[in-house]
Amino acid sequence: MTEIVKARNVSMKFKAVDALTDVSLDVAPGEQVALLGHNGAGKTTLFRIMLGFIKPTAGSISIAGFAPGSNEARRIVSYLPEQVAFPKMLTGREVVRFYARLKGAPLDDVQSVLAKVDLVDAADRRVETYSKGMRQRLGLAQALVGKPALLLLDEPTSGLDPLSRQHFYELIADVARQGGSVLLSSHGLSELEAKTDRVAILRNGRLVANGPLAALQDEANLPVRIRVRAAATAIDKVHAEIGGGRINGASVELFCARGEKMRILSKISGLGAKVEDVDVAAPTLDEVYRHFSKIGVDEALRGTL
Amino acid sequence: MHGVLTIAATEIRIGLRNRWIILSSMILLAFALILVLLGSAPGGEVKTDAVTVVVASLSTLSVYLVPLIALLLSFDAIAGEIDRGTLQLVLASPVSRGAVLVGKFLGHVAVLGIAVSFGYGIAGIVTYLANGGGELGALIGVGRLIVTSIILGATFIAIGYIASASVRQTGTAAALAIAIWLFAVVLYDLALLGGLLASQDGFFASEVFPWLLVLNPADAFRLYNMSAIDAAAVGSNLGGGAGSALPISGLATMASPVIWAGMALGLSTFILKRIRP
Repeated sequence: MTEIVKARNVSMKFKAVDALTDVSLDVAPGEQVALLGHNGAGKTTLFRIMLGFIKPTAGSISIAGFAPGSNEARRIVSYLPEQVAFPKMLTGREVVRFYARLKGAPLDDVQSVLAKVDLVDAADRRVETYSKGMRQRLGLAQALVGKPALLLLDEPTSGLDPLSRQHFYELIADVARQGGSVLLSSHGLSELEAKTDRVAILRNGRLVANGPLAALQDEANLPVRIRVRAAATAIDKVHAEIGGGRINGASVELFCARGEKMRILSKISGLGAKVEDVDVAAPTLDEVYRHFSKIGVDEALRGTL
Repeated sequence: MHGVLTIAATEIRIGLRNRWIILSSMILLAFALILVLLGSAPGGEVKTDAVTVVVASLSTLSVYLVPLIALLLSFDAIAGEIDRGTLQLVLASPVSRGAVLVGKFLGHVAVLGIAVSFGYGIAGIVTYLANGGGELGALIGVGRLIVTSIILGATFIAIGYIASASVRQTGTAAALAIAIWLFAVVLYDLALLGGLLASQDGFFASEVFPWLLVLNPADAFRLYNMSAIDAAAVGSNLGGGAGSALPISGLATMASPVIWAGMALGLSTFILKRIRP
């Protein structure tokens, strides 16, 4: 099967900054790939290269076999920038119709994409009356129009509430079912809600991970956290038995490798009535992401974001 | 071609919605009516058609107002759209960059054309009726003024695109547009006047000055309109005085704004093609 996106050893150097270094990434038809990385990791730069806006300083990239930015490539690619402000005076329908015409899509598409993003009722209102979420959905509508073979979405879920985010992933799953590929970027894994086939993580312009989420979780091999709440007065015995660290006088917390988990759990269940409750937490998506992007001081960072 | 018309139609729609068209029509009409009222007195005295007098005054007004309106329309076209992220979308679509610019150009010229036609058209008709009719031929002068004003506006719209495409910030583009206006319609003429005063041997006045005058699209526009109406009857200082020494005359003077528009469109397309949004 021919790849929709085929990037080989792509590097991009701006004056003093290496925005991308040796990035190789494929996207197959019908595949949904998430591109992760913190601000400045090179996600938008990669999109701009795929759109043909800038030429990589090294390496090669092709869109369905065509050069990025060529007429053939532009005919099959749709783009949603991170921030876009449509003319306030136009209605949502006029905006979508405008892009449908530019893409040479049938105008029947306009109504159906407006319905998909749930903007039919507001379609004939001016964009200036739209809420932030509605503007985001309008941006998605213009990207969906014309059934593109490749959707490039730059931070499409930032600013969406969890409910619309879920709706958004249903929409792109729909695109993928019809054979369209989706490449979307995001700040963190938790926003993805494990909805994409594959996750690629960029750190300072380098691809540090590229695989299905489950594979990344395995690869990171982060410890599982087990928290045991002991029955009253039994805390010392429990602690002596399973080890770990004591927290808040009644509980014990320990971390173990994924392979160790069942052995420890059976030991805990052997304690019988001494244990009141057990809580097992697999590493969160955020922790996996942090492992790959290795933001050491990230507690402080997260507070400010 | 499809893309060109789509972009042009959207620019016109935006011009109507954000009241650009109505506002610039009103400004042109207001200034024109003031000139109509002021111009009616001398018209009777020298036995010239009132409409013709008004056309003469309006062409001077056009030299200042039309380039300003044109630049205000166009300075935002590229820099502003990059700022807002909409140009990225348009450039990602299968429409060529040249077509994007031509579409915007046609749309903006139409917006300006509607405004000029309304503003000057109404002023012309008001004058015609207020003076109890008269020769219908005088109205042709109004039509000529409208058409040439649109050509002049088109020139400055295209020049505005150069400003808009060569900077990244809308604010800088606006400043550049105002500077262009100030230079083309105010400072340029002052400099020419200074040159005339300074030149002792008359070489500048006879050989260089006429060419420099025609070189400026705004001056060329004024020359054409002044020579087209019966300049002697109105007593125009510019058309009558410089007319004899002009290297080219009549409709040929309008070649200046047309050539300028073509060159400016070409240059702004060239810059747009190199933009990396």
